[in-house]
Amino acid sequence: MKAQAEQTDPAAAAAQPEAIRIEELHKSFGSLEVLKGVNLTARQGDVVAIIGGSGSGKSTMLRCINFLETPTSGRIVIGGEEVALRPDGSPANRKQIEHLRQSLGMVFQQFNLWSHKTVLENLIEVPVHVLSIPKARAIERAKALLDRVGLAEKADTYPAFMSGGQQQRAAIARALAIEPRAMLFDEPTSALDPELVGEVLGVIRDLAAEGRTMILVTHEMKFAREVASHVIYLHNGQVEEEGPPETLFGNPQSERLQQFLKTVG
Amino acid sequence: MLETLLEAFPTLALLAWEPPGWGANLVRGLGNSIQIALGAYALGLVIGTAGAFGKLHGGPVTRDLLAVYTTVVRAVPELVLILILYFAVTDLVNQGLVAMGYARVQISGVVAGIAVLGVVQGAYSIEVIRGAILAVPTGQLEAARAMGMPPLKAAWRITLPLMLSNAIPGLANLWLIATKDTALLAIVGFAELTLQTRQAASSTKAFMTFFLAAGVLYLLVTLISGVAFGRIEKWARRGQRDGGAGS
Repeated sequence: MKAQAEQTDPAAAAAQPEAIRIEELHKSFGSLEVLKGVNLTARQGDVVAIIGGSGSGKSTMLRCINFLETPTSGRIVIGGEEVALRPDGSPANRKQIEHLRQSLGMVFQQFNLWSHKTVLENLIEVPVHVLSIPKARAIERAKALLDRVGLAEKADTYPAFMSGGQQQRAAIARALAIEPRAMLFDEPTSALDPELVGEVLGVIRDLAAEGRTMILVTHEMKFAREVASHVIYLHNGQVEEEGPPETLFGNPQSERLQQFLKTVG
Repeated sequence: MLETLLEAFPTLALLAWEPPGWGANLVRGLGNSIQIALGAYALGLVIGTAGAFGKLHGGPVTRDLLAVYTTVVRAVPELVLILILYFAVTDLVNQGLVAMGYARVQISGVVAGIAVLGVVQGAYSIEVIRGAILAVPTGQLEAARAMGMPPLKAAWRITLPLMLSNAIPGLANLWLIATKDTALLAIVGFAELTLQTRQAASSTKAFMTFFLAAGVLYLLVTLISGVAFGRIEKWARRGQRDGGAGS
């Protein structure tokens, strides 16, 4: 936990280059405005936790970062590179989006491992077939990653034959296999049985400790408090309150956040 | 054994390979039928895959054109389509050639048969494959997109293999229909199994023998196809808990 203490030190954080910045992001689904101008800045090594009730827009916000959702308007800057958007918010350059996505490891609530591929095949799919890394090297790397998440013996297993916790750990390894600049977690433990949550959080905690840039949408308040360097509380598509976890959880200012923290316990 | 059988049913001798037997003709007819069925099926799969993606992701014009195609082809009886496509289209092609100053061509029965049945198969394949693609969980494609896989690569490496397990039962049906639709080509004088059988039967008057023999041949094709598709389905279902290859 010492590593995070350093990250939360403002002077050290400011020295780090910016990894992800979102400015005035709006997103509407039809007439429903889900995001009403949200901002976020993550420097390298930051762990930003986005919390909020269901329907607050937190998953949408995360999914806009790698354009799984097309923003309605706003700016998104990843690693200093601004994503070129058309006036309607849609990306102007598909190649640029693909390139940026290759630097963002995404972990989904439902794992989304490719069911027709073994765990190892899942891990080498994008490195070999998109990033053109030699297969032997990709396999070597994949095995090391599986070892790291404790799934070395599951390399040749199909995802459907593993527990949810194992699948999610494999999915994290798959995201790491593209050597991303930052990791995006979309409620990584929400689909898991309670007894399996711990093993997945353990892997994420290790990643945080080694100084990886991560943006994490989560319902696990205790976990967010423990690993995050910065917490954003979204309510109704707006940032209601944000700050270091100690402040946000220890001394919440807005009534809504106080209420929210009470209900989620 | 064979002799007693021949004594009881003397017409069985007509099935012998060498003339005066007609066995070789029947088998040649079967070969033609399978050749056409394979060609038409393959053409149908190509049309079906492209058409399914076109219907799902194409622009409004593409979608409308495909809707017209699938509706019309599935509405008109195959036999009528065969007559239209075989006679009318050949005529059209030749008129075009003559107008451009070329000589008329004789379109080979095999090519025409494959083209006609392929167009019919394509219309049904589009719907089978479209449904199968829609049944692929969206998260599977999303995971590919999220890691920057280009759309065509994702379609080829993720969507197609995953939809296959959903599509196999429908596609197996289409294959069996393809083998039997070849019989309709008898009407345009193509020497497939049914026409060969009819010729043999009417020359020898041994109707029962020949049509039963043809029936047995069609049945054999179906049985072998069943085994083949069973294997393909097992392969396509790899990784699934119900019936796929496990760990």
